[in-house]
Amino acid sequence: MKKYRCTVCGYIYDPAVGDVDNGIPAGTSFDALPDNWVCPDCGVGKNDFEPVD
Amino acid sequence: MHKIKENIFWVGSIDWDLRNFHGYDTPSGSTYNSYLILDEKPTLIDAVKSYGSQEMITRIKEIIDPAKIQYIVSNHTEMDHSGAIDELLKYCPNAQIVCSPKGEEGLKRHFKKNWKFKVVQTGDVLDIGKRKLKFFLMPMVHWPDSMATYLESDAILFSNDAFGQHYASSERYVDEVGLDIAIAEATKYYANIVLPFGAQVLKVLDVIKDLKIETICPSHGLIWRKPDDIKKIVASYQKWALYQSDKKVLIVYDTMWHSTEMMAKYLFTALDKEGISVKLMNLQTAHISDVVTDIMLSQMILLGTPMLNNHMLPSMASLMMYMKGLKPKNRYGFTFGSYGWSTVGFKELESSCQEAGLELISDGNYIKFIPDAEELKSLDKTVSLIKNKLNV
Ligand SMILES: [Fe+2]
Ligand SMILES: [Fe+2]
Repeated sequence: MKKYRCTVCGYIYDPAVGDVDNGIPAGTSFDALPDNWVCPDCGVGKNDFEPVD
Repeated sequence: MHKIKENIFWVGSIDWDLRNFHGYDTPSGSTYNSYLILDEKPTLIDAVKSYGSQEMITRIKEIIDPAKIQYIVSNHTEMDHSGAIDELLKYCPNAQIVCSPKGEEGLKRHFKKNWKFKVVQTGDVLDIGKRKLKFFLMPMVHWPDSMATYLESDAILFSNDAFGQHYASSERYVDEVGLDIAIAEATKYYANIVLPFGAQVLKVLDVIKDLKIETICPSHGLIWRKPDDIKKIVASYQKWALYQSDKKVLIVYDTMWHSTEMMAKYLFTALDKEGISVKLMNLQTAHISDVVTDIMLSQMILLGTPMLNNHMLPSMASLMMYMKGLKPKNRYGFTFGSYGWSTVGFKELESSCQEAGLELISDGNYIKFIPDAEELKSLDKTVSLIKNKLNV
């Protein structure tokens, strides 16, 4: 599964890790994140993320 | 004139009157530190708040004609550092603004002007003559645009808000004022400004550990230049960034008719008798910017409020909202308070604690109206639990 980078603060969303602090279990793909999920570091939405190549 | 090194000067402004930095209580005022480097291309590192612009420009004029400035490095867009750039550019209209990509975006949003920008990335080097400036982006320490500038030839790190303190003085160095004062102010600064960003601070520390640093020039307060002082502040940042705290208990409360106060004082006395380091803070007298500083330093946080119209008191709600943003990690919490008829609002207090990152050690202890001796004694089991959790 693809990792995504926050274009505002550089946080990397890694599906293998998830975002457990905010209720996202490991193994959740970026696409499967809820629409209201925000960057745990700077608070911007999914639209501000880009795939890491 | 404040000379830092040969041809490097402090040209900032001293804000003796500052008492409120967007809600952060600053009893000692602050400084906005601006640094002038004289070289073939004279360069200014960071500016000051808008109302300090003439003070900064006067200091620059004592050294050179401001028109000679070629580069203004803007490490951070926030107005306490960029506010005076607009005024300064009237004196050096050809100067280029050196900043991160997010810095350019932010400065354009703030000033709505098309300045001459030179956008830099981590590792980029700017030749200013005999010297070279190297840049390191440090996103979220503490804004997306934040950046540090390193001057290798003089072993100076211009760290912007990192390692800063809100402290106004004519002295420029930590060792002139005293390490204890500088560390106390840097602690409060970290707790109120940098606390949410532990992971990002660790990345910055990882970068700077390989640099030769003899002087850390932050954008607020005193400059770090003694090797032991630098070691101390870097080690403190490491500890705070890892969310480590001491075996201390902090009791924070507010009260209406002294019932919650009785509980707070009972807990204090019992913990103190056990020889545990414990501090009592009443939200009617303690400022929340001091409370969060003690929250950062303490492993165990006990929060007490009565119910007002089925909610916690607004003073406690304000602290909770502040804490949710600052996200202290690796801390225990316990809630208590007095109520008249409904305990419904305590659920909100408990969930706020959890959202702020506190791990509650047990159910809260809530007492109807005024606690009696027996009810106060029911707090003893909390004292045992605290001893247990703190391993003391
Ligand atoms: Fe800032
Ligand atoms: Fe600042």
